[in-house]
Amino acid sequence: MSQIAFWGAVELGLVYAFVAIGVFLAFRVLDFPDLTVDGSFPLGAAVAAVLIIAGVNPWLASGVAMGAGAAAGIVTAILNVRFRILNLLASILTMIALFSVNLRVMGKPNVALINADTMLSPFFGLGLRDFYVRPLFIGLLVLVAVIAVWRFLESDAGLAMRATGANARMARAQGVDTSRQIYLGMALSNALVALGGALFAQTNGFADVTSGVGTIVVGLAAVIIGETLLGARGILIALIGCVLGSILYRIAIQLALSTDMLGLQASDLNLVTAALVTVALVLPRLRRGGAA
Amino acid sequence: MIKLDNIQVIFGKGTPLQKQALNGVSLTIEEGTFVTVIGSNGAGKSTVLGVLAGDVIPTAGQVTIGNTDVTRKGTAARAGLVARVFQDPLAGSCGALSIEENLALAARRGESRGLTPALGPKRREHFRARIAELNLGLENRMRDRMDLLSGGQRQAVSLVMATLAGSEVLLLDEHTAALDPGMAEFIMNLTQKIVSERKLTALMVTHSMRQALDFGHRTIMLHGGEVVLDVSGDSRKTLQVEDLIAMFRKIRGQTLDDDALLIG
Repeated sequence: MSQIAFWGAVELGLVYAFVAIGVFLAFRVLDFPDLTVDGSFPLGAAVAAVLIIAGVNPWLASGVAMGAGAAAGIVTAILNVRFRILNLLASILTMIALFSVNLRVMGKPNVALINADTMLSPFFGLGLRDFYVRPLFIGLLVLVAVIAVWRFLESDAGLAMRATGANARMARAQGVDTSRQIYLGMALSNALVALGGALFAQTNGFADVTSGVGTIVVGLAAVIIGETLLGARGILIALIGCVLGSILYRIAIQLALSTDMLGLQASDLNLVTAALVTVALVLPRLRRGGAA
Repeated sequence: MIKLDNIQVIFGKGTPLQKQALNGVSLTIEEGTFVTVIGSNGAGKSTVLGVLAGDVIPTAGQVTIGNTDVTRKGTAARAGLVARVFQDPLAGSCGALSIEENLALAARRGESRGLTPALGPKRREHFRARIAELNLGLENRMRDRMDLLSGGQRQAVSLVMATLAGSEVLLLDEHTAALDPGMAEFIMNLTQKIVSERKLTALMVTHSMRQALDFGHRTIMLHGGEVVLDVSGDSRKTLQVEDLIAMFRKIRGQTLDDDALLIG
């Protein structure tokens, strides 16, 4: 694997670290299997791309993208909490709807961002090669997100959210409005995923309506790889695991695709992904089985 | 003061499974009174607790806790007034959170929760001191996950959790039923100590008639969704378990006779 390919994989891993943290919030903290992310990731990309092309400040555009993602999460939460639709189904409904929404936002299936000014533009040409600048910049954003989510989950408010996912009946007995926690958690989770989408559009130079397919699998893979490697040792370790898992996953994919021996091509990506996630899911169980 | 005024609870109203769980229960509990509640299965004990906790919204009647009419308030909305310990040791705490995180959660029961770190040094010290009072050695395991504890340990921590924030009433729902006899005795003595030291108003549902008479100031027996016995003071002191069993039999016998009459 070339150096550029390696740093490219790290960069993509860091972009998807936002997805992994979002998936961690939904699946692990709230115990809410949320597939909305397959729609909120391209939503973030679409909103950011369209706004940036329209001349909006890319930071503001990314902020609006996060807001759009939060709104998508709240729609899923409303379907589940207010209308009592099964959580998984509620999220699939939102995901399907978002496909149309994303096409409306962009007006076409694909928007190019090649010559537009992005969040990263000011940092190019400062002496560092581009393929270092991108992972460095996104890595810093990931760091900020990890610290913010960590501090939040260890605050009184975050504890209420964690209790909602762990034991809703107990949470209510402690005065926690569990419905509100689900709204809040889903908004936060999908806002992070949408930010991932917005950064994806800005680092890759396009937004595509199909770029969301399998986002949930990638996010879940990162979470599971992180858990397998670092174990369950508190919130901060879990969040670091999400980031690490996301990067390692991308490097593994890159390795699989760049090894000529295996005879794989880019179109085999989804198959390789599914195989990797299956391995990540089965390994811990095998290990446990062996120990017992 | 706790006041239940002519409470009616009907489950599954208008369906073939309609059940009258409480039929006009009225009850006034003075502040600082420890009430024990007995009754056979389906008598309405848990429903009374549910009505007080907010899990069950009565079909008719009025619930007052302290000076607040809470009849229509849900569980979370009235949590500031009600502390609880559940029958199932797993139900009252979060297994996935640490002991101190569970305590931090309970310490803000009924209050707003902001972005303050849940476990600052001051709070940690306070929680540790409260857990040390249990003499179970748990103060050295504050960062252990709650689900590593035994059922009895969890109930002991749950009792501490129930008293970290103030409340108008403490509800104990057969909280020793799932424990071995030794641990059940420990938890009961701890309950007694906490309730009397803090002068709590408490309602304890129990299956054990011995417990019902040995602890508290007042005993209530429910049957068929109605209060059929309400003793306190001297008449309660002379009451024996045998007397209670006799009453139980008598009530059951009556219903049997009623059924026999109906069938006949």
